[in-house]
Amino acid sequence: MNLGRLRALGVEQQVALLFLILFGLLVFVSVAALLHALRDDAAANGGIARRFRRDLRAVWVGSVLFWAAWISGPVGATLFFGLFSFLALREFITLQHTRRSDHRSLILAFFFVLPVQYVIVATRHFDLFTVFIPVYVFFAIPVVSAMAGDPHRFLERNAKIQWGIVVCVYGLSHAPALLLLDFKDYEGRGAFLLFFLVVVAAVAQLVQELASRWLRRRPVARQISRSFSWRAWLMGALAAGAVGLLLYWITPFKASQALVIAIVAAGCGTLGEFVMKALKRDAGVHHWGNRSGVTGAVGLLDRVAPLCFAAPVFFHSVRWYFKLSP
Amino acid sequence: MSAADLMGFVLALLARLITGAQGHWKGCPPTAEQRVYFANHQSHFDWVLIWAALPKDLRRNTRPIAARDYWTATPFRHWLTREVFNAVYVARTRTDDQDPLEPLAEALRRGDSLVIFPEGTRSNAGDPMPFKSGLFHLAEQFPQVQLVPAWVDNVQRVMPKGEVVPVPILCTVTFGAPLHLSVAEDKRDFLLRARAAVVGLRPRTA
Repeated sequence: MNLGRLRALGVEQQVALLFLILFGLLVFVSVAALLHALRDDAAANGGIARRFRRDLRAVWVGSVLFWAAWISGPVGATLFFGLFSFLALREFITLQHTRRSDHRSLILAFFFVLPVQYVIVATRHFDLFTVFIPVYVFFAIPVVSAMAGDPHRFLERNAKIQWGIVVCVYGLSHAPALLLLDFKDYEGRGAFLLFFLVVVAAVAQLVQELASRWLRRRPVARQISRSFSWRAWLMGALAAGAVGLLLYWITPFKASQALVIAIVAAGCGTLGEFVMKALKRDAGVHHWGNRSGVTGAVGLLDRVAPLCFAAPVFFHSVRWYFKLSP
Repeated sequence: MSAADLMGFVLALLARLITGAQGHWKGCPPTAEQRVYFANHQSHFDWVLIWAALPKDLRRNTRPIAARDYWTATPFRHWLTREVFNAVYVARTRTDDQDPLEPLAEALRRGDSLVIFPEGTRSNAGDPMPFKSGLFHLAEQFPQVQLVPAWVDNVQRVMPKGEVVPVPILCTVTFGAPLHLSVAEDKRDFLLRARAAVVGLRPRTA
């Protein structure tokens, strides 16, 4: 099939084709998993099978939500990612030790910083969007904290809140920003960019995990992750590059650009996931959504962490390389 | 849908959005049996959290205890506790001729479930305070009713004393195995055992 010809299709047709492929693949995998479970009852209840089913369900939910975000347009998508940000930040803050005097700072983070950042995205003020959190919020949070008059572990407490905001709000808000980024002759197709990013990040994550199981290399940092090795990481990034190349027809990039940009974004995503692992070790948990019952979260942060790190890098490298002005 | 149903829906949604309000049924399944849930008490939010953690069809027949003087003082409070939560009102000031547990016994005789906080007041320190004897008397009078211990976790971080706006932090409610009064168990032993059952549900902090 000539991928270049797909590019010539209208937007509507491309969208339809994309969702057809996505849901077709999902149905195929689900049916295969179901048949496998029927045939082999013992394997169906093993740990790997259960984990696979859980992941598959998450992919289904993600795909349906993505579709819903697509049909509801930029406003819907912004709201949707805003809610994700809220839930991720909630999960992050739950596992940090906050004190009573952090209350006001947390209210500022949840009920002011988060909505304002997403309003800025929705109104396409990309210059303000880029500096709002790193400059203004960075300054405002410690001021509010200091007003609370509690010097105990002041730097540590503030750093945790700032970090949570940068990862869960600033990082994730770049995903809807992609929807609204305008290329020449590419108006109205921002969703493809987001789709491209999500797919390559997911592929890198998946391939890296499979590769590390298959290669069994010495881990780079055993204390943080027993599976992370450079070779597995590289294979994940390269696989993402290959998928990016296959998907280039939905993007405004040339084939070679799509390859490089997919590798960069996906590589950042998997490294970001690695960083989140370190953070989890620090907080003393294995999954963000603690199944042992401390918090009862759903583990959303685990799923969005690669996106939180990949989206800003992707967004800014695209914007810089193509010299886009908002 | 009536205004009270709508209010209940909105409150449960808010509680879930802000705290997750996850119920962990460790010791018993969430079934429609008659029960008295008893839990630790750290914040005004506790009741809403337990209520939101219950499955929807159990909420209607599971009732909180409300102080009559405070919760009937304004029309809104009265409406909220009567129509939305279906609260059991008790008098805080004790009169000689009336048993303070009588409204609770009345509700149990009608077949409703109750949620009570046997510490009597909110505790801010880590461990719950000693339990008041009401739980024992209910256990004595209603041996057929299951007494289910529950631990509400993390809620003190959501809304510390003196603050009005809650911060979104995940909370859980862990429900334990039902308790029954043993044959020759006296009040003190039973209350100690009940308190230990509640404390035993506290999740190990990471």
